[in-house]
Amino acid sequence: MTTSQKRNIPWGVLGPWIALGVTCLFFATQSDRFLSGGNLSLVLQQVMVVGVLAIGQSLIILTAGIDLSCGMVMALGGVVMTKFAVNYGIDPYAAILCGLAVTTGFGLINGLLVTRIKLPPFIVTLGTLNIAFAITQIYSESQTVTNLPSAMTALGDTFNLGSTEVSLGTVTMLLLYALAWFVLRDTAPGRHLYAVGNNPEAARLTGINVDRVLLFVYALAGLFYGIAALLSVARTGVGDPNAGQTENLDAITAVVLGGTSLFGGRGIILGSLVGAVIVGVFRNGLTLMGVASVYQTLITGILVILAVAADQMSRKGAR
Amino acid sequence: MNTSSHSNLIMQAKGIVKRYGQVTALDGTDFELRAGEIMAIIGDNGAGKSSLIKALSGATVPDEGELLLDGKPVRFKSPIDARRAGIETVYQDLAVAPAMSIAENLFLGRELLKPGFIGQLLRLLDKKEMLAQAIARMQELKVGIRSMTQAVETLSGGQRQCVAVARAAAFAQHVVIMDEPTAALGVKEGNMVLELIRRVRDKGLPVILISHNMPHVFEVADRIHIQRLGKRAAVVNPKTISMSDTVAVMTGAKTVDELPADAHA
Repeated sequence: MTTSQKRNIPWGVLGPWIALGVTCLFFATQSDRFLSGGNLSLVLQQVMVVGVLAIGQSLIILTAGIDLSCGMVMALGGVVMTKFAVNYGIDPYAAILCGLAVTTGFGLINGLLVTRIKLPPFIVTLGTLNIAFAITQIYSESQTVTNLPSAMTALGDTFNLGSTEVSLGTVTMLLLYALAWFVLRDTAPGRHLYAVGNNPEAARLTGINVDRVLLFVYALAGLFYGIAALLSVARTGVGDPNAGQTENLDAITAVVLGGTSLFGGRGIILGSLVGAVIVGVFRNGLTLMGVASVYQTLITGILVILAVAADQMSRKGAR
Repeated sequence: MNTSSHSNLIMQAKGIVKRYGQVTALDGTDFELRAGEIMAIIGDNGAGKSSLIKALSGATVPDEGELLLDGKPVRFKSPIDARRAGIETVYQDLAVAPAMSIAENLFLGRELLKPGFIGQLLRLLDKKEMLAQAIARMQELKVGIRSMTQAVETLSGGQRQCVAVARAAAFAQHVVIMDEPTAALGVKEGNMVLELIRRVRDKGLPVILISHNMPHVFEVADRIHIQRLGKRAAVVNPKTISMSDTVAVMTGAKTVDELPADAHA
């Protein structure tokens, strides 16, 4: 009886919120500026890129895969859309679509390698991580693209909600989370995604086309990386070939901190949003405390291992 | 009696041949399933038992031979084809998604969608209807599981298998095939599943049961198909034949001619 009651406490859902609360409390005691409205809106703006990357990453991790290439694919998308608009003079909206097409295409390639050649997602995306990085550097000649048309940075614009500045990009991120949450929870394809991650053989035997689900998920994740690229471009105002390097691991960390299991089939997409905010709060709080960025990276690395260990142990405990 | 049962053949296989390279797994085997019966298939390793099941459930395409369902010839290219024709298979390795709820597992891959254009277009789940039907199905089969919204992983192995059997029974139009449904279970849990198999038959669905477990086979089967050397060696009546004679025919220690006349079914 006590064990069944223990099991009923949804630690997977509550855990991320508790972690976020503890983190915020800690930084509030360390820095007076942390809880100010201006700082919190800054955190939200910093979170939007990792947050949207984490949506794509969540979809893939829910299928028991992983995408190590997300940040690099995003950087490529950002460089493509800005270069197309600035260097070739293409209409900015068309250039954005081209960038989204490139990232979606990269996702599709990941998906094809995983489903057709049956390679482990870890290896496939480790390869495409390097390929996307190299293509980005070659194509941009390692030069940052500047003088962007205003249409490309529109999502970086802000409006005031009370005393807090909210950017359109943050609103976009929240809308995308709401959409992903609804699709995963209330539609047949959403449940199929969970089934594929939970027990692919059972999914196949019930007539679900497992490969088609996977292919779709990887391509869709690529589209989300493209949207993240647009948000990154809007926030920084440039097309940066070196973007996405910290965001790459941060997105994975966000998903795992959000309670999604790396073993697939378990997790709630909104947890990834909380996870992304935790990562953002960590980076912001450590910056306020004057901790150098290498140490932030060090701490993020420890954080992701702790989160995976917690997931592993909670699964063992449930047996 | 005989004539009526012959007119009630639900499934029939004639002269099925299946070769894997040099190996002939099925050497012109026959098979018959009558309405409302539990037909067990037994056989030694390599007798072609699993090849026969694969042919019946669409998992492999036989090289030769004919398959009849309700008297009409059918050809299955995949398990999905067989399922569309009304044949559901329960696999031994508990083909359920453990983190998902019982109701979700029952309707996995066949979700009910909300009525209307929007529901179909967006493929919106009709969760209320699925929950209601899940409760009704489980009550019909007297599966004593209270909440349909609990995750399958919170169930015992036997209860999980009951979910898999209930799913097959709910969707099968003609036949339920069960491949070693009690192999992974303890005594009590195994009996629970056997009881459920009987109820599926009593509901009017004929069952093909593959099992290594002779006591289980003798407990529930109405007839037993003995597969040997890629052929049907005999079809026997568990009420009139001893377990040792059955095993003797299965292993070749006794020929079919040595069996008493009333052993055949």
